[in-house]
Amino acid sequence: MVLAALLLVFVFFFPIWSITLHAPQYPGGVTMYIWINKITGDTPGTLQNINILNHYVGMKMIEPDSIPELKYFQFIIGGMGLIALVLAWVNRKSLYLAWAVFFVILGALGIYDFYLWEYDYGHNLSPTAPIKVPGMAYQPPLFGKKTLLNFVAYSYPYWGSLFFGLSVISGFLAYLFYKKRKK
Amino acid sequence: MVGGRRSAVILKNQEPGTRNQEPRTKYQSTMHKMRKSIFLSLLSVALIFGCQPRHGGLAGGGAAPDAASRVYVAPGELDEFYAFFSGGFSGQLSVYGLPSGRLLKIIPVFSVDGEKGYGFNEETKPLLETSFGFIPWDDAHHPQLSHTNGIPDGRWVFINGNNTPRVARIDLTTFETVEIIEIPNSGGNHSSPYATENTEYVVAGTRFSVPFPQQDVPISSYKETFKGALSFISVDPKTGHMELAFQVLLPAFNYDLARAGKGKSHGWSFFTSYNVEQAHTLLEVNASQYDKDFIAAVNWKKAEEYVKAGKAKEMPASYFHNIYDDNSHMATSKEMKTVKVLIPSECPDMVYFLPTPKSPHGVDVDPTGEYIVGAGKLSADMSVHSFSKIIKAIENEAFETHIDGIPVLKYEEIVAGIVSSGGLGPLHTEFDDNGYAYTTFFISSEIVKWKVGTWEVVDRAPCYYSVGHLMIPGGDSKKPFGKYMVAMNKITKDRYLPTGPELNHSAQLYDISGTKIQLLLDFPTVGEPHYAQAIPAHLVAPNSKKYFNLEDNVHPHVTKKESDTRVVREGNLVRVYMTTIRSHFAPDNIEGIRVGDKVYFHVTNLEQDWDVPHGFAVMGARNAELLIMPGQTETLLWEPDRPGMFPFYCTDFCSALHQEMQGYVRVSPKGADTPLKWWVGNHE
Repeated sequence: MVLAALLLVFVFFFPIWSITLHAPQYPGGVTMYIWINKITGDTPGTLQNINILNHYVGMKMIEPDSIPELKYFQFIIGGMGLIALVLAWVNRKSLYLAWAVFFVILGALGIYDFYLWEYDYGHNLSPTAPIKVPGMAYQPPLFGKKTLLNFVAYSYPYWGSLFFGLSVISGFLAYLFYKKRKK
Repeated sequence: MVGGRRSAVILKNQEPGTRNQEPRTKYQSTMHKMRKSIFLSLLSVALIFGCQPRHGGLAGGGAAPDAASRVYVAPGELDEFYAFFSGGFSGQLSVYGLPSGRLLKIIPVFSVDGEKGYGFNEETKPLLETSFGFIPWDDAHHPQLSHTNGIPDGRWVFINGNNTPRVARIDLTTFETVEIIEIPNSGGNHSSPYATENTEYVVAGTRFSVPFPQQDVPISSYKETFKGALSFISVDPKTGHMELAFQVLLPAFNYDLARAGKGKSHGWSFFTSYNVEQAHTLLEVNASQYDKDFIAAVNWKKAEEYVKAGKAKEMPASYFHNIYDDNSHMATSKEMKTVKVLIPSECPDMVYFLPTPKSPHGVDVDPTGEYIVGAGKLSADMSVHSFSKIIKAIENEAFETHIDGIPVLKYEEIVAGIVSSGGLGPLHTEFDDNGYAYTTFFISSEIVKWKVGTWEVVDRAPCYYSVGHLMIPGGDSKKPFGKYMVAMNKITKDRYLPTGPELNHSAQLYDISGTKIQLLLDFPTVGEPHYAQAIPAHLVAPNSKKYFNLEDNVHPHVTKKESDTRVVREGNLVRVYMTTIRSHFAPDNIEGIRVGDKVYFHVTNLEQDWDVPHGFAVMGARNAELLIMPGQTETLLWEPDRPGMFPFYCTDFCSALHQEMQGYVRVSPKGADTPLKWWVGNHE
């Protein structure tokens, strides 16, 4: 269970998701990284560049400051880590299971939340957009590849999600191989 | 029609071994009047001197049979070398890729360039300031890559301005001119910049001697009042900043070209001279009378000691030193008031004269630093001096005579060998990585390959026509990269489709990796490429900047956010703090400008992506456009002279909505009370 907590530390040091856009003018692709507490790109200007491209079709600016999840999600992860440490000390089998199951639900909610944001960016378009394509939405894929006008978008989990997953698995392992501490 | 005839000539001559008379037949068959004059007379000179039949090389003007595949850089692939060609009287430096011969960029250096706003925007104007004021043009000559341990390091290119003596430095992260220093007491900065082994110094020897100090004198006092200054400009190893460290005052000869020693001759610099006769009229005759002129060998380490010991005279002078800063995106100009001068008669062991036949032009030092090749441009042969012999002759005091206290070494004591070339009019020599030297011959229009040490001629290749400088990548360094050679020809004639009386100068690319020189490619150049240097791309390309960080921009009039854009009036001076981002200006509507105002558009490009510059042009501007790189701020002065509505727009196709990137300035009559207003979008 201590391992589960330790693995969560890594979640702070790696992005959890990446979205890469390919277009004729971007032979190397433009990649945006989503962390638990920020959004970055492969260059300091990437987010601005994506926003510039998006504004032609009327998408909202991606402004990390306006996404509350980026503020509190890190506390949830941190909190879960602390709870894991407390549970390791308490050492109750049922609590391990509860922690792991709760964390899976949290993760699923997180992905759903991510989907909602993507849906919002992709569908909530400005009525004064310079480029309007009837019936077109620009929601990037949650997982996998999707063609959006001249862009091909690739969306995949990143290292942070791996550590998140490993942490959850560690929680389950702690439950499965539970040993009562000798007094 | 011309093309048809040309290809027939090539086909005819593609059999090997039939090429020796080919240039002549081509001339005789031509109908163009122009060709009669210069070249036929030069050719007849060549014939009188008995140009030997040439052998080896490839057929006539034809290229190697598989030349196309050897210079072909497929779409999407990149060249192996960057080559920096002097723009000559265009005052610029052009960047080519080799082996493709593709033009990659023209870097404005000494001449204004409306395309980039260079010398027109307020930021770069100070770069062209001199003691004569703002000068919009010069004659650029010799690019010089910076060296570390005698090898090109890919940090900077230096180039000299000949007419109003200056030396410029170009930064190879931005490929922009970042510094220009003027040279006082100099008239025609030709033997320049020719860096020392670790770029301790770049030099500037005067081609035209001038009175020292400059004064109003009759030309008949030439021998008494004129002097020839050799300037040593120190280069800061970290920042690259130049400083005029000292000048060595020599007799009034014409100092033509230079090279620094390297390896064993590190610490010395060599300058050729002509007009040792000290003529001042009809030099073509009067400066060609003596059998020998001199190479001035300057021991600059000794000169440094004299400067440290306080032997230099601090003389009043006026020259400008201009530096461009990549964070403020502005150049500043400073007038310098004194210069340190060393007089050889008071500083023994600092300068020696090496007698060298027939008005030597190029002076080139082989990769080991032992051999110094003096190309007597009016002769067939070349004298090669030995550095060890020079040192020995100095030790033995084997002096012929002294001139102004400078010992003239005995020719026989210092010469290592003579290259009997069979050509006429040797000018310049570069070296490959296999112990061979390659010398250009202007009059016989060819390049001759010879072995360093044995002086034996092993191959020769014709040039079309009248080659001046040549260049081998790293060919002036301790470790030439070899592989290719470029001839820079002074006469173009029929090598391309005709373009009226004026033709671009022609460069020719040769493969020198085998025993035979093989012609691969002709390509036109900008202005007159006196000289060029090339460097493997991998030493430069990874450092090439993609854009400037907006965060680091400390321009005094930068606008980092659209919400900070504004218009400020101070009397009749109006500052527009404007931003650009795809695809609009902010503000794009301005009111309250009046006739007679001086309007400064301080435009910041907010983009942070590679290759997204924005342009700015406003109707009636009497200067040029701005071309603003991402993260940069540039300023255009606009002085409206009539009331009206004046459009401005983006000149560099930036995006799908580039045509929409425009705005208007309302100009009211002098004294009108139209309130000052600005906006973009709906928030008027």
